Amino acid sequence: MAGGARLWVPLLLLSPLVVAAVYEDQVGKFDWRQQYVGKLKFASLEASQGSKKLIVATEKNVMAALNSRNGEILWRHVDKGTPEGAIDAMLIHGQDAITVSNGGRILRSWETNIGGLNWETSLDTGSFQVASLVGLQDVAKYVAVLKKSALSLHYLSNGHQKWAEHLPESESAQYQLLYSYGTGVIYSIGFVPRSHLNILTFSLEDGDISKQIRVSAPWMKSLSGACNVIGEAVLVCVDTDTHSLYALSLETEHEMKQIPLQSLDLEFADRFQPRILTTQPSPVSVSRTQFFLQLSSSRFTLLQYKHGLLSHLRDFQQATLVSFATTGEKTVAAVLSCRNEVKSASPDGLHAGDTLGHPHRPEFPACSNHTYNINLYLVETGQRLLETTITFNFEQSGARPEQLYIQVFLKKDDSVGYRALVQTEDHMLVFLQQPGKVLWSREESLAEVVSLEMVDLPLTGAQAELEGEFGKKADGLLGMFLKRLSSQLILLQAWTAHLWKMFYDARKPRSQIKNEINIDNLARDEFNLQKMMVMVTASGKLFGIESSSGTILWKQYLKNVRPGSSFKLMVQRTTAHFPHPPQCTLLVKDKETKMSSLYVFNPIFGKRSQVAPPVLKHPILQTLLLPIMDQDYAKVLLLIDDELKVTAFPATKNVLRQLEEIAPSIFFYLVDADQGKLSGFRLRKDLTTEESWEMTISAEVQRIVTVKGKRSNEHVHSQGRVMGDRSVLYKSLNPNLLAVVTESMDTHHERTFIGIYLIDGVTGRIIHSSVQKKAKGPVHIVHSENWVVYQYWNTKARRNEFTVLELYEGTEQYNATAFSSLDRPFLPQVLQQSYIFPSAISAMEATITERGITSRHLLIGLPSGAILSLPKALLDPRRPEIPTEQSREENLIPYSPDVQIHAERFINYNQTVSRMRGIYTAPSGLESTCLVVAYGLDIYQTRVYPSKQFDVLKDDYDYVLISSVLFGLVFATMITKRLAQVKLLNRAWRLGCTSRPHDGLPLTCPKHN
Amino acid sequence: MAARVLALALLVSLLPPGAGSAASCRGLRPGEGRDSEACGITLQLEHSFELNDSIHFRKRGTLLWTLAPDPSLSLSQKQLSEGERNLLREVAALNGLYRVRIPRWPLGAADELATEYVTSFVRACSLVESHISDRLTVHTDVAGNVIGISIVTMPGSCHGAEVEDVDLEVFNTTVVLQQPVPAAVPETAAFIERMEQEQAQRAKNPQEQKSFFAKYVMAFNIGRGRASPGHQLGQSPVGAWTPALSSQWMYIIPIVLFLMMSGAPDAGGQGGGNGGSAGAGGR
Repeated sequence: MAGGARLWVPLLLLSPLVVAAVYEDQVGKFDWRQQYVGKLKFASLEASQGSKKLIVATEKNVMAALNSRNGEILWRHVDKGTPEGAIDAMLIHGQDAITVSNGGRILRSWETNIGGLNWETSLDTGSFQVASLVGLQDVAKYVAVLKKSALSLHYLSNGHQKWAEHLPESESAQYQLLYSYGTGVIYSIGFVPRSHLNILTFSLEDGDISKQIRVSAPWMKSLSGACNVIGEAVLVCVDTDTHSLYALSLETEHEMKQIPLQSLDLEFADRFQPRILTTQPSPVSVSRTQFFLQLSSSRFTLLQYKHGLLSHLRDFQQATLVSFATTGEKTVAAVLSCRNEVKSASPDGLHAGDTLGHPHRPEFPACSNHTYNINLYLVETGQRLLETTITFNFEQSGARPEQLYIQVFLKKDDSVGYRALVQTEDHMLVFLQQPGKVLWSREESLAEVVSLEMVDLPLTGAQAELEGEFGKKADGLLGMFLKRLSSQLILLQAWTAHLWKMFYDARKPRSQIKNEINIDNLARDEFNLQKMMVMVTASGKLFGIESSSGTILWKQYLKNVRPGSSFKLMVQRTTAHFPHPPQCTLLVKDKETKMSSLYVFNPIFGKRSQVAPPVLKHPILQTLLLPIMDQDYAKVLLLIDDELKVTAFPATKNVLRQLEEIAPSIFFYLVDADQGKLSGFRLRKDLTTEESWEMTISAEVQRIVTVKGKRSNEHVHSQGRVMGDRSVLYKSLNPNLLAVVTESMDTHHERTFIGIYLIDGVTGRIIHSSVQKKAKGPVHIVHSENWVVYQYWNTKARRNEFTVLELYEGTEQYNATAFSSLDRPFLPQVLQQSYIFPSAISAMEATITERGITSRHLLIGLPSGAILSLPKALLDPRRPEIPTEQSREENLIPYSPDVQIHAERFINYNQTVSRMRGIYTAPSGLESTCLVVAYGLDIYQTRVYPSKQFDVLKDDYDYVLISSVLFGLVFATMITKRLAQVKLLNRAWRLGCTSRPHDGLPLTCPKHN
Repeated sequence: MAARVLALALLVSLLPPGAGSAASCRGLRPGEGRDSEACGITLQLEHSFELNDSIHFRKRGTLLWTLAPDPSLSLSQKQLSEGERNLLREVAALNGLYRVRIPRWPLGAADELATEYVTSFVRACSLVESHISDRLTVHTDVAGNVIGISIVTMPGSCHGAEVEDVDLEVFNTTVVLQQPVPAAVPETAAFIERMEQEQAQRAKNPQEQKSFFAKYVMAFNIGRGRASPGHQLGQSPVGAWTPALSSQWMYIIPIVLFLMMSGAPDAGGQGGGNGGSAGAGGR
């Protein structure tokens, strides 16, 4: 019964109620959301000074308007995350934005002020090439969409199709260019590589092909990029082989005119595909006759082709990006160039391992001091406009600019002013104003967080001082005494400063008190609710975000990380070991080369650590963070490479000695999902390995999709459950248990299945294997304590279902004192139950708390963006079908096959998280509280209290009442005491009268009876 | 099922004559597999225990896999020789591993190197201390392919106990064939049946008379239920009982007060637990 008594403790502590939602006045108090749009694909900046918005379309399939004053999102529309939602083109017409998406299947028009959809129309199939606005006389009335085999024209007002025409010879010719300038005709240009050009002239009115010419061009390799249309329909192409430009008037000529470039002293860079960049200020007017010719990644030249004459206007060396913009009558070219001399790209990366040494875009030159200038040039003459320089630098991140958009306007004195939107390769958006002021910036790489850890904040300076006193070696009695005095002086100082601040703040109105958080005043709070979120994004940029406010405190761009790499973030040393700085290690694995590298940094300040990580010469298959530490309190990380050699980090003598001692008890497992092979290894003393077990899940039948272990920082408070008859059902808590999920290769809806294997990672023993028939992935799984919950799609009933597995040892524990996978002869009892869930899910995680006393909830991210907090008690295989006295005693809820979604269980009320990909939970210093971060396109942080806040007084706790009652009681005690004294005295007086009758006083006392 | 029998039939035909197969499945068509009485295949069980951590598998015995009437396994194995016994003791003393393996397909003598095995291990010391009594489990997938083998000894601990030579001669082995069990599915039919029954019952006697006391004991119980972590849901009968609890609190509070006054001194252990959680619930 001793066990039973102990198990009651959590039950006594908790008094959870139904509701998980927040009160209205709690909105935003503990939670925050940040919304992102992703990396820009298209952007449009209105050419007026007063304009307030930027319209953007992004690679995350988001259409949004940003406030140009502060960078906030005015409105945002998130399309599907799949290629179906991809935005192929965006055109701006007045207050409307026209987009083509889903590979040219859908044409939409948006009202840009409020983000409403004007109209939407679906287009015929066919691979999308280009779209352009078409007008007649002075107004653009139509949008033309060019597909591989057809050209269609739609009204801008309602999206209706005016006409659609088939393109002749579309099997051989690739049509890639459209041009019109308000003359009632549309030119469509296609080409057959190394053969000829096809130029079709469509009549705007009825879509008839009024003219069709074929121009021989045997040198032509590509059309889009290498060719463009300028002026009154003059096609200009560039060719590297013949080193010349070709020009053709689409209206009059039938032969391309060759213009050699040698005379202009223009050299092409090797293996660089030159490009021609033109500008058409309005769809109803002609393109400018001036155009940029890009000769190499850093060299542009401004040319003009007018009346059959090519003239050279200006040369731009070291220019990274160029852009045109027009305001009123003036068209200007903006050129972004490196301020210093260009150095050849060198691997000055952050990685010590040279495995990722080569930068991933070798064609981009590195700018040594990361300082850039933007200058404006008048396109007609190539003259530089005075006082139009914007200077800025990206020293902090070292990232190169990738895209440049210009917003030009005329100032009152008719001079040209402008703002520039620059996107860098680390997906940062910067909006700049003359002469280099950053109006705002957005970190769009946070739209794709791939890995996340929460690290405790360090102690305050004063606390650290005290800690340091104990940490250091003793240096004499007097020295110690002085040290103590000084540290207590510091504490006193900190305390007075704190008091002063409180006093100062108390005088100010509440709204004005700003608790600004910056890197200097970072300190752990009493309950450790505030933490540092270390986020790794897909672009290779790391962020340190303060969890209570969402402020980005540091960022670090890893230049040499290629997109698509996989990351694993590990905390080797927490902040608990002052004066040693905390230490995080990021393992980056390149997808193509499979090579790995380590990046070691301080998670609080983002600085790269002094510790040199080992150079990894082989791809890393598995990592293992051991509980043993070196003398600097860094946990030992073992890296297992593809030759099954083990590298330890840190690899000090101390560590190696410890490893040698415990090597026979270090086991690890590898999974080869392609061959369906799982194998286990044991470490030898010389850091080689020996295979201990091997199993093969036949890859012809099923493939491994997920292998999920338990979280290492998880605590389980109660070892068992008290059943109705007062006996204890002990949980089977195997920390080495792996849940392996497989999906069948046969996807026929009758035969498809999902396999669940529970495998001991040390011995390779299959604890449990089950098959969920007629089920299909994607499978979401949570593995914790003694249970596994997984969700799948039932193909027969066409619904989402949950299955929960719970493992129990039975009513008696085998070797209760210590757990060893090697000594578990009995298989656990496996209980399971299934439920219907009314929605698909996009992410799932279980809450976690400091000591594991609080009951567990499952946090389920729904596709709607809501996060449902579902009590684990609802997914309990012991829920009885027919409630009995005993099950009632045990508080088991009677079984019902469906799990309902109640809106009050949404922890993020209306703060939905778009395209949620993961939920991260971390314990706080309070047992009742679990910190939650959901990430996807947005990031949402909040706290949850699965068993309510049993260890915290409520916000509205009535301190006045309790203190007044207390004071009242004290006061009453004092008064009654006084009264009692008076009464006693009186009584004594009375007694005195009777006892001393002989002292001669008049007898005034009453008679004593 | 059919696929498995087919696979096995195929395998049997690959068996070399020397492997000692009791093959009578040769040429069987999938449908006949179940009916055949003596149908089975053999798999060679090998083990390895070496002093210098090298792996060298030797034959331990033969597993006979019977398909009909129900798939099952049986094992025939020889005794450990004197030398093997001593070696096992020495390996156990060095905390070495005792490995076993079976081929995923029946052995062909010619392509021994290409054969795929599934392997498992126990500590040699635990094998010795269990007097070489072990339990082998062969796991298969739904199609009947071998996925893995598990070995555990009974008991599994290593205490350094002395073991007589006699106890190390004969393996005391249990073999089990383990197929994946079907996972749970939502029990809609049973649930609906239960609901209908309840409804029918309710229709039979619409006004179920409960004594005053029974009613409040229920309410009390459920109120306590709300206090525990397992029972925080609006779905349970809690919802139905809460109004009663809230509207008639004036009766309950005096009772609770009375109970507290009178029961406090002698309520210990279990009773204290109940009372405490009730207090928490009433907060």
